Amino acid sequence: MSRIGVFICWCGENIARTVDVDALAQEVSKFPGVRCAMNYKYVCSDPGQALVREKIAAEKLDAVVIASCSPHMHLKTFRRAAQLAGLNPYKVEMANIREHCSWVHHDRAKATAKAASLIRLSVEKARLDHELQPIRVPVTRRALVIGGGVAGIQAALDIADAGYEVVMVEREPSIGGKMAGLSETFPTLDCSQCILTPRMVEVGQHPRIKLYSYSEVERVEGYIGNFTITIRQKARYVDISKCTGCGDCWSVCPLKRNKSEFDYGMGVRASIYVPFPQAVPARPVIDAKTCAKIIRNGCGLCEKKCKAGAINFQDTDKLVEEKVGAVVVATGYKLYDIGEKQDKASLAGYGEYGYGQYKDVIDSLQFERLLSASGPTNGVLKRPSDGAEPKNVVFISCVGSRDNAKGLPYCSKICCMYTAKHAMLYKHKVHDGQAHVFYMDIRAGGKGYEEFVRRAIEQDGAKYYRGRVSKITQEDGKLVVRGADTLAGVPITVEADLVVLAAAMRPADGVAELAQKLNVGYDEFGFLLESHPKLRPVETNAAGVFVCGACQAPKDIPESVAQASAAASKVAVTFAADELMREPEIAGINEQTCVACYACLRACPYHAIEQAEVRTPRGVFVKHTARVNPGLCMGCGTCVAVCPSKSADLEGFTEQQIYAMVESLV
Amino acid sequence: MNTANPLPQACATARVIEALAHTHLYDCYQCGKCTAGCPMAAQMDIAPNRLIRLLQLGRGREALDAQSIWQCVSCQTCATRCPKSVNCAGIMDALRQLSMEEGRVSPAQRRVMLFQKAFLDNIRRNGRLHELELIVQFKLAGFMHDRRFSLLFKDATLAPKLNKRKKLHLRGKKVRDRAVLRRIFARSMDHS
Repeated sequence: MSRIGVFICWCGENIARTVDVDALAQEVSKFPGVRCAMNYKYVCSDPGQALVREKIAAEKLDAVVIASCSPHMHLKTFRRAAQLAGLNPYKVEMANIREHCSWVHHDRAKATAKAASLIRLSVEKARLDHELQPIRVPVTRRALVIGGGVAGIQAALDIADAGYEVVMVEREPSIGGKMAGLSETFPTLDCSQCILTPRMVEVGQHPRIKLYSYSEVERVEGYIGNFTITIRQKARYVDISKCTGCGDCWSVCPLKRNKSEFDYGMGVRASIYVPFPQAVPARPVIDAKTCAKIIRNGCGLCEKKCKAGAINFQDTDKLVEEKVGAVVVATGYKLYDIGEKQDKASLAGYGEYGYGQYKDVIDSLQFERLLSASGPTNGVLKRPSDGAEPKNVVFISCVGSRDNAKGLPYCSKICCMYTAKHAMLYKHKVHDGQAHVFYMDIRAGGKGYEEFVRRAIEQDGAKYYRGRVSKITQEDGKLVVRGADTLAGVPITVEADLVVLAAAMRPADGVAELAQKLNVGYDEFGFLLESHPKLRPVETNAAGVFVCGACQAPKDIPESVAQASAAASKVAVTFAADELMREPEIAGINEQTCVACYACLRACPYHAIEQAEVRTPRGVFVKHTARVNPGLCMGCGTCVAVCPSKSADLEGFTEQQIYAMVESLV
Repeated sequence: MNTANPLPQACATARVIEALAHTHLYDCYQCGKCTAGCPMAAQMDIAPNRLIRLLQLGRGREALDAQSIWQCVSCQTCATRCPKSVNCAGIMDALRQLSMEEGRVSPAQRRVMLFQKAFLDNIRRNGRLHELELIVQFKLAGFMHDRRFSLLFKDATLAPKLNKRKKLHLRGKKVRDRAVLRRIFARSMDHS
């Protein structure tokens, strides 16, 4: 006969108001196997916990049921109390008589009866609870950082400076991300490259950071503390261990008119190129789509010119494996494509703005390149069509963002600020020019942000019109922008030489595929999901995988950096323990009865079940079986539901327990 | 897009307009793209986005009395480009309908209403536009209304141009299947 103690909590008035706790304790004490039942005003308080501990010792209880609030609230509290009293913490059950009873009922008699039923279930469950031990898993103290933008750089440096090794994977030939291409940054107008490139160099030279540029994550296996990552190093055709970065190759390359990805098509590059002079690694890559040698075995000048012999036209993609214990995802963003063609059926483009049709209608990142001192025009503002200096520039915010009809109802958050910056920088470059800004609302929450926007209006004379633009047409070489000033209540037309569209922020390409590899959730727009928007902002639902930067939501540089440091500290926390503890309430397979149909393997959402063999101690093969990897299992119970031979079971929720609970009610 | 009707009880006009135009007034966040693209907005006393604002505020009377609802040419640009898919052109239609039903059409806009009536009558009879008939009917109705001779001969100089484009037929053509036409009209008159 078991010796179960039941503790009924009043939760102040929360439970006692609706449930007759005295009568309940009396009734419960008569349940079979219940040694004692008592009630107390706040069982979670110190004296309440002391009462539980005292009774465990005095009555030699072998299981405890706490009838109070939701286990989400206090299961950990009571498990700790039981452990202090020498009872296995997994022999504690809770009956939720607050959220499931007193808060949702009025009738005192009926509520009391329901509370008794809830407690009866938990008593039946507690009777069959096993003593469990937390699962210990070893930790590989190495982190993977996916993405080498400002967030990834910050996270990698913080983790490396904490003393742990970092593997960084960057898809582009150089790290630096979007920030490397920006001109100056709000609200201080410090030069983007001046503050970022030293950090990039630090990453490149850090003894504990291993950088895989021009590489992508191919496969992810394992679990927190023990991930195995397969990385695809894309064919670069240049051996970066031999290359000195002298530049002979790209100066001799005859194909110099390729559109530069780094300049968003505003500038050109050769077929063998470094994306920008400050690139890390400062080693070139050959664009296989345009290189004459690769396409038709022509040219080959760079190979002849290279003194280091670093060029290898036979290069192929390579797969390498790295073992890590935690992953930081910092894949960043891309801009919404304003033109008519979209990569998702749920999105629509802006035909009415003529982007892609008129050369002088450009997006915000293209404008950044035109402003940048290291940009294709060396910082001299020339419009793309004829190279003339634009005297009237129209900036339009919320292009894509906050536009349900185009499929992106969210606010991209940073456009208000960079549009004010654009207007300001434009005025600094073209003193007799006029900036016109069409906006819907100005969202300038942040340190020094509101003052910054006011400066653009008050000191740099940017004209702000509150209203959306309906259409842009071209008449006599001028772009005619038809908008509205809703404050004056009139439509207005502005003739512009250049139009800059503040396009919405979207998660970078391929994030959904990566999220699937990592078992991380993402929303309908592709932004990665954090565990809790307020209290667990950098954790994900996959243990050991953290997020930071614009892959989680639109955010600016200061926020991305702050979040990256947060993610790095979470990695450091993960690495601080000798071993990781995991809850033992996971599935197990009875290998004697398993028929190796692997229905569970296919059903498992966490890829926690593997094919295994049962062998005798001498190694003679007996049979095939499914086996649960305790490091990966999250205890969802899907395998239990699908197993046709009833070989799978879930600790803490065994089928025996559930049948006993049901039987106690009927 | 919200499906619940968030209008307070007091906004009776707004409720009717929502039902007639099959749209949600409170989806509008006043970006002004409707006004920006409207070919008539520069001439309007109350711009399209402001009409919607008045309705949101429960000031439907002012919207019904606006001249601008009769200046709208139903080009649908506003509704096509609205980022929140608010049927602004439909709201204009609904406002005109309500204004007429309540007899609130401002005297200055009476002729617009008469023209629209004449136009619809014309379509109802023929299933297509018969320009000459429309001109005669509109001018007679207008003259009966304000007894000004000037209307009768206004735009008379356009006649040769219309004739050149073969728009002036003494006998108009009618569509063959008039039963279908009757059904279309019956259904569109059925508000429920």
